[in-house]
Amino acid sequence: MIAYLIKRIAIGLVTLAVASAVVFCVLEIVPGDPALLMLGMNAEPEALAALRDEMGLNQPVLLRYVDWVSGMMVGDFGRSYTYSSPVIDLIAERVLVSLPLALMALFLSTAIALPVGIFSAARRGKAADTMVMGAAQVGVAIPNFWFALLLIYLFAVWLRLVPAGGFPGWGAGVWPAVKALIMPAVALALPQAAILARVTRSAMLEVLGEDYIRTARAKGMPRRIVLWHHALRNALIPVLTILGLQFAFLLAGTIIIENVFYLPGLGRLVFQAITQRDLIVVEGVMMLLVATVVLVNILVDIGYAIVDPRLRTRR
Amino acid sequence: MKTIKSVIGGAALLLAAGTAALAARTDLVVGVVLEPPHLDPTASAAAAIDEIVYANLFQGLTRIGRNGEVLPSLAESWEVSDDGKVYTFKLRTGVTFHDGSAFDAEDVKFSLDRARAEDSTNAQKQLFAAIDTVEAVDPATVKVTLKAPQGSFLYNMGWGDAVIVAPETADANKETPVGTGPFKFDGWAKGSAVRLVKNTDYWGDAVALEKAEFRVIPDAAAAIPALLSGDVQAFPQMPAGDALAQIESDPRFTVKIGATEGETLLSTNNGKEPFSDIKVRQAIAHALNREEIIAGNGSGYGTPIGSHFSPANEAYVDLTGTYSYDPEKAKALLAEAGYADGFKATLKLPPPPYARQGGEVVASQLRQVGIELEIIPVEWAQWLEQVFKNKDYDLTVISHTEPNDINIYARDDYYFDYDNPAFKEVMNTLEATADPAKRIELYKTAQKIIAEDAVNGFLFQLPKVGVWDAKLEGMWENSPIQANDLTEVRWAD
Repeated sequence: MIAYLIKRIAIGLVTLAVASAVVFCVLEIVPGDPALLMLGMNAEPEALAALRDEMGLNQPVLLRYVDWVSGMMVGDFGRSYTYSSPVIDLIAERVLVSLPLALMALFLSTAIALPVGIFSAARRGKAADTMVMGAAQVGVAIPNFWFALLLIYLFAVWLRLVPAGGFPGWGAGVWPAVKALIMPAVALALPQAAILARVTRSAMLEVLGEDYIRTARAKGMPRRIVLWHHALRNALIPVLTILGLQFAFLLAGTIIIENVFYLPGLGRLVFQAITQRDLIVVEGVMMLLVATVVLVNILVDIGYAIVDPRLRTRR
Repeated sequence: MKTIKSVIGGAALLLAAGTAALAARTDLVVGVVLEPPHLDPTASAAAAIDEIVYANLFQGLTRIGRNGEVLPSLAESWEVSDDGKVYTFKLRTGVTFHDGSAFDAEDVKFSLDRARAEDSTNAQKQLFAAIDTVEAVDPATVKVTLKAPQGSFLYNMGWGDAVIVAPETADANKETPVGTGPFKFDGWAKGSAVRLVKNTDYWGDAVALEKAEFRVIPDAAAAIPALLSGDVQAFPQMPAGDALAQIESDPRFTVKIGATEGETLLSTNNGKEPFSDIKVRQAIAHALNREEIIAGNGSGYGTPIGSHFSPANEAYVDLTGTYSYDPEKAKALLAEAGYADGFKATLKLPPPPYARQGGEVVASQLRQVGIELEIIPVEWAQWLEQVFKNKDYDLTVISHTEPNDINIYARDDYYFDYDNPAFKEVMNTLEATADPAKRIELYKTAQKIIAEDAVNGFLFQLPKVGVWDAKLEGMWENSPIQANDLTEVRWAD
């Protein structure tokens, strides 16, 4: 188990190192001068030069890369070009929105998808299964931003139960903040739940066809126990894989939902930073996301090992 | 469902009636499309900064009023020497900054010297170029000596880039702005909102609002529900698009189509073949149908212009008839220039709808006379880099939103690549002229020169589509300067 873990972590670190070089190079190539973007169309050349100096853009590329990487090792992600505050503070503010949102959505989608998937698998081919999977198909097909707009018109414009968007900040109290995240979480969770339910169902069906399930049933074990104890545990591996992927997506890939609900999350930060050529912010967020994906993958790997003891000893 | 809604609606009405009986509302949430990068108007060209802090948080010696007029602000009055070179400002007394420190002549000297210093990162440094010395005569008097007379000096001092800041707090203004205005900075939730509160120690007339919040809503699809649900009560510049008709027909909201200082142009690379030929530029001018372009510009609003000047300005002359819409004449001119079969060129379009959508109409109109345009969509950063900085373009659609900026046509090496000594002469005379009547004449001459030279395709003045709660009073209808001045805004009882 220890060797397994060490190997996973080593792979993760290599991924991070490679990612930092790729991210940095790609953003070096992207055209556009951040200083010009800040000072606009009336800027005088000397003002531009002064700003470029102030932003450290005149230093050689390699030196800036080394500075950046060594800074990150000690938790210093640099200073944003446009917002003149430390990148780490910007990220921290946004994570306080994106992380709870992702967790809420993940919890909702798991809470819906697992029971639905198991229920469907247990009633394979029956009317209930067809209906539930039909609904899931619709859920996969509906774009989440459109679903979000429906929610907004129903609950915010018409019933006025929740705000149409925005985020008051955790300083405004836990309930107002959570309230602002409910609709976005639902809009994010339902399409994810639909996918997860389908994966759960097919994983369960595959397992239910195995010999050991028939054996368990044959020796007189009740259907329920077989389903929940023997089958589910063995079906969890693909489900865990999808969950890991979904979490990474929910944390960073929610830019459309963040726009529809004008939430100040990580996705918006990256988008804004790219359009304003605030490269240092883009780089910082990218690295954070890579690190998150790596970490989630390690956690998922540990999860595999817990569900499937055979993986603990195998390489 | 219907009954639930009417019960909730009834309860809300009762609540609203209850509070209205006590007092008028004193809070306001204003929706803005772009988030400011920081809050220091003296260190960036971003209009999003001025649209929050101008006149609300920060004030200059003078200020620009709602109709573009120059009004006293921190300077109570001023005297100009006979040669037009020395301005003596009498400052208001009893003014304090939001941190409690007193405002005096030294702050003015500091602010102006800082803006024109060698290492200054002021985006409008040319506003201060004429200043020779700034002298604090006594705490309430500042004497500014110019290198040469400058007719627009008082106007220049009213820009957001020329606001007065305190030496102790200047460096921190990006995050925690400290000014002298009727509102104080209360907080900034990054990516979300900037909050202001009433400054109870304000030197002038107190504002009616206790709290004001500028909420960032970048997406048009999100702006409409935010307005309809009452979360946001005003959009000074609504990204409404097609949904505007729905809002206009709703009696709860006021829709005001005002004017901005944004001259929207088909900017032309005058230094590049075939656009260096005036006949080609005239042909383009004859091929443009402004009404159609306005109808297709995303909002459907806008005032046709025939030169680079705002129709709201008193010196405006209507030159839209200089080269009227006439495709046949356009073809004839192209033939004369040696392009009887037309030619191919590129049209680079930045992201705003007026450019992307209006640009398609322009391209189809030019195709009618034989000019085939390849449309290249670009981002802002690319536009600034390729078009503006490196002049790597043929044609582009862009709105020049700085107020009173006809002088850009006199700049050497500007991206139009236009060089006309006669025009430069007019601008030089204008700079040295203080007499208002003479200045108006000079502005008129300048407009005519660039219109006749067909420097660019002059399309339309960008509209300001303002939408706000019908009970809200005092919002600016036009935007003579980039600002959302809330000082006179109040809720009707």
